[in-house]
Amino acid sequence: MTSDPKPRAAAPEALKPPPLLEGYRPRDNVADELMRPDGTLRPVWQPLIDYLVAQSPDLLARRFARGDQHLRDAGVYYRQYTEDGSTERNWPLSHIPVVIAADEWAALSRGIVQRADLLERIMADLYGPGDLVRQGLLPAEIVAQCPEWLRPMVGARPRSGHYLHFLAFEIGRSPDGSWFVLGDRTQAPSGAGFALENRVATTRMFADHYPGANVERLAGFFRRFRDALNGLKGGEPGRVAILTPGQETDTFFEHAYIARYLGFTLIESGDLRVEADRLAVRTITGPEPVNVIWRRLDSRFADPLELDETSALGAPGMAAALRAGAATMVNALGSGVLEARALLAFLPRIARHYLGEDLALPNIATWWCGQPSEAAYVRDNMKRMMIGPALSTRLPFEIDATTVLGGSFRGQARPSVEEWIARDGAQLVGQEAVTLSTTPVHVDGRLRPRPMTVRVFAARTPEGWTVMPGGYARIGRDDDPTALAMQRGGSVADVWIAGRTPTGPATLADPSPGPFVRRMPGFLPSRAADNLFWLGRYVERAEGRIRLLRAYHGRQAEAGASAQPLLDHLAAYLGPEADPTTPIPPGLPQVLGQARACALRVRDRFSPDGWLALDDLSRATEALSGELRPGDDAVRGLGDLLRRLAGFTGLVHENMFRFDGWRFLTVGRALERADTGADLLRVFADPEAPPGAFDVAVEVADSVMTHRRRYSVETNRSTVIDLLALDDKNPRSVVYQIDLIRGEVAHLPGASTAGRMSRLSSELLRMHTELRVMAPEDVTTRRLTDLRDRVRSLSDRLTAQYLG
Amino acid sequence: MSVLYDIRMTITYDYEQPAAASRDILRILPRGLPDQQLVTGLVQTDPTPDFRRDRTDFFGNPSTEVAFDAALDRVAFRFTGRVRRAAEERELDLSPRLSGLAQDIAAAQSLGGGSPHHFRGDSERVRPVAAITDFARDVTDGGMSVLETVRALNRALHREMRFDPGATNVTTPPAEAFEARRGVCQDFSHILIAGLRGLGIPAGYVSGYLRTDPPEGQVRLDGADAMHAWVTAWCGAEMGWVQVDPTNDLVAANDHVVVAIGRDYADVAPVRGALRSSGGHSTRHEVDVRPVSG
Repeated sequence: MTSDPKPRAAAPEALKPPPLLEGYRPRDNVADELMRPDGTLRPVWQPLIDYLVAQSPDLLARRFARGDQHLRDAGVYYRQYTEDGSTERNWPLSHIPVVIAADEWAALSRGIVQRADLLERIMADLYGPGDLVRQGLLPAEIVAQCPEWLRPMVGARPRSGHYLHFLAFEIGRSPDGSWFVLGDRTQAPSGAGFALENRVATTRMFADHYPGANVERLAGFFRRFRDALNGLKGGEPGRVAILTPGQETDTFFEHAYIARYLGFTLIESGDLRVEADRLAVRTITGPEPVNVIWRRLDSRFADPLELDETSALGAPGMAAALRAGAATMVNALGSGVLEARALLAFLPRIARHYLGEDLALPNIATWWCGQPSEAAYVRDNMKRMMIGPALSTRLPFEIDATTVLGGSFRGQARPSVEEWIARDGAQLVGQEAVTLSTTPVHVDGRLRPRPMTVRVFAARTPEGWTVMPGGYARIGRDDDPTALAMQRGGSVADVWIAGRTPTGPATLADPSPGPFVRRMPGFLPSRAADNLFWLGRYVERAEGRIRLLRAYHGRQAEAGASAQPLLDHLAAYLGPEADPTTPIPPGLPQVLGQARACALRVRDRFSPDGWLALDDLSRATEALSGELRPGDDAVRGLGDLLRRLAGFTGLVHENMFRFDGWRFLTVGRALERADTGADLLRVFADPEAPPGAFDVAVEVADSVMTHRRRYSVETNRSTVIDLLALDDKNPRSVVYQIDLIRGEVAHLPGASTAGRMSRLSSELLRMHTELRVMAPEDVTTRRLTDLRDRVRSLSDRLTAQYLG
Repeated sequence: MSVLYDIRMTITYDYEQPAAASRDILRILPRGLPDQQLVTGLVQTDPTPDFRRDRTDFFGNPSTEVAFDAALDRVAFRFTGRVRRAAEERELDLSPRLSGLAQDIAAAQSLGGGSPHHFRGDSERVRPVAAITDFARDVTDGGMSVLETVRALNRALHREMRFDPGATNVTTPPAEAFEARRGVCQDFSHILIAGLRGLGIPAGYVSGYLRTDPPEGQVRLDGADAMHAWVTAWCGAEMGWVQVDPTNDLVAANDHVVVAIGRDYADVAPVRGALRSSGGHSTRHEVDVRPVSG
């Protein structure tokens, strides 16, 4: 707040505040973002507050709801881990952004850049000559005992010449108005994608205010970073990939989101193959070189061969490949060592040593208790300290039971703190129990001050570090201004950097002139193709299952004695799923759960709407199971599920880009349909099947209308077989599926080599031809069994060729 | 006095289910040391790997990385070579009192592979174990020098523990082996390391080869039929590292050929591998270490 100009004329109105501001008072000795200590507004907030005050409570509520709706529609969530497992939680957006003046931010950014440069030099020393330790600027044991200092990477020179490319800094504001760092995030910082989503939500809420509010746009930052990553390929053939630990991680949404936003391929370690001195992704066309990896996985897990041997998330040989310069890792493996709390105690001295000046942006005061005088200081001042593990990489407020606060343990009773420091000093740091600034949140129609920290992001570009003009604010749950409030899980907010001059719209689009170049989508990792293929299969399987259940329960409802043989036939086919009292057997939510799991793993590849539709279907099924009563209610409920399912397939069919990913989804669906179709005919078009079975076949294959139109007769074996197996105009027939698969497979890479069809392609052509020349009377039950076997071996062949 | 050895060692893995592809790091080539020279040495695998790279690891150990693209149902790793061993006789105890060791450690401002700082606290396979630390306190006293402490604990463990190849396997934690008072050289070494670190003495793990047949008139040492393991302990700035063999209650000397040094077994495992295989496997070790006659 070094740069607040004179208050504007509006400030005196604070004498009689509008209802929104009623009762808003900064706490004593706590900086407030919105107000000065005397209760006047800071000018940079004035336009936003004027705008908010002008809204009726109703309108404001509708605006906030619009933001929440956007986040729900975009499927923004985070995963929260508890003792009972993990759950996906809604995104806790605080609707009021944090507003910071542009000139103040510019000064802050210079401090960020200085810190980033310093961290790079420390990293280069810790993985290089080790001079900091030799010269006594850093105790050897802090480094040697830190689990994030990875010995296999010592001496490895980064391919790009730099160790660090993307950093975050958790910052807070002191009572005197100055900023300080609570922790440097160097490992694999998350939050940039969430910052972007928060921004999209706030612009939706305040669509009529934001464009003229002189708020700096975020897209330019991402564009520069994207271009920088592309530049790191260094002219070699290869790609940029984002490496995620997978969907079980708490920030997976962000990984998928940012991959989609920046246009990079999202991969897991299982996709990676280490070949000699190269890293490659297994794709449907074979291994594709990758030479820039934006790592969202902690270093230790990256290679079970040389790093954590228990890691199931890594690629064996990765460390060696990186030592050999196979790829640029963003950031270099082992960068987590810079997050150790104890390092903060030595940064001021190291900064003076390297830079010849003090840190413009200091960090939270930290004392390492491995030194006698520091230990004594912490002991004597423990009332205003947080005392915790020295080598922990967590932020100061992310504390656990072994942390001492205000002189006493957070957890159960232990020996005295003095004794603890004396015994385990080298494992402990004291950190000043800081006070944070407060920022307004909206509670019951009023603004209220709540403590906050801001996560700021910096990316390396060929021109140097660039700092995101904005960030990701975390807001405490209650008004306790100590950092402790932050760990109790509050909300998050957008951060606006507001200047005096208008800001133009910015997008990711390349602003450079020149002819338009159409870019084809990136490569398709085999794992993603496999998930799309199975997504198609599972969704179709669920549909078949629902139709069959509906046919069963519909007939159950109107059953007379004459229908019994057919009911028995249906029940035998359904197996244990045929329970007249349970219209939704457990198998159905299970299949949908599998579909959902597949979809989740490839979330970067399809639209949020498609995802939501599937999610909705899966939830609706869960909700209905146990609820539906047998008979009409069951038929109605199952029909409802069918319509939701059609919603999903429709969205996918209408919106997905017709490329390899879509092909695998389509082929999976057609294969499953051919498989179940052949099986359905085998059982329900069998000459021995009970009366009414033909109608079941036609109904389950959703071809009742077509049958009526085409044949104008009652169903008989020939009409059913003709329509459901041989009719190439019926999108439900087996031959139609084979033709569809044949067409899509022909477009896949490797469908033919030097004019010769692949075995998969030729088998498809053979099957198609055979079906096309058959007459209904040729299609015996035995032939149907054989057909089904051949469909299944198609699946195996496809898997072997593309998905293995 | 020096001894020249011809050494042959083979480790063979048989897999129930052939692995799809595999990658291994081998540490079977003896390292060069002031009192040990590798005259000739060869690391080979059968079959020949699709990829191979030799390097020196963080701790100065020679390591060989190999990768096999094809599925294997058997693979053999072999070292053959000749090593000259000339362990120096160190009669004089130059180590400080145990209470003075911390000062020496703090003064060691280095992150090099031989720095004592790496060999304290936790490592992947050795964490502090209260029962072992208590035992170590019981059998030593604060008035001893560091070297005396190391020897005393080495001897006490040798007495306390029973050499029993059936009692443990390669993944048994030190606490468990100590509880059972049984194990092989790996367990003896891990327990001694835990005990020494518990007393504040930096300690590491040495893997190596042991002379197969004893010189005339001496008994055959335990651990000579596979790769052996013993312990290195830091006895202060003046004295440096001293190697002791808790399995045989010895100070390691000319019968011990050093292959690799690390914080514990995980750093120096002769074969550290990663493969995707569902089934189990069996291993066979064959070691022959004989003095070159004449």
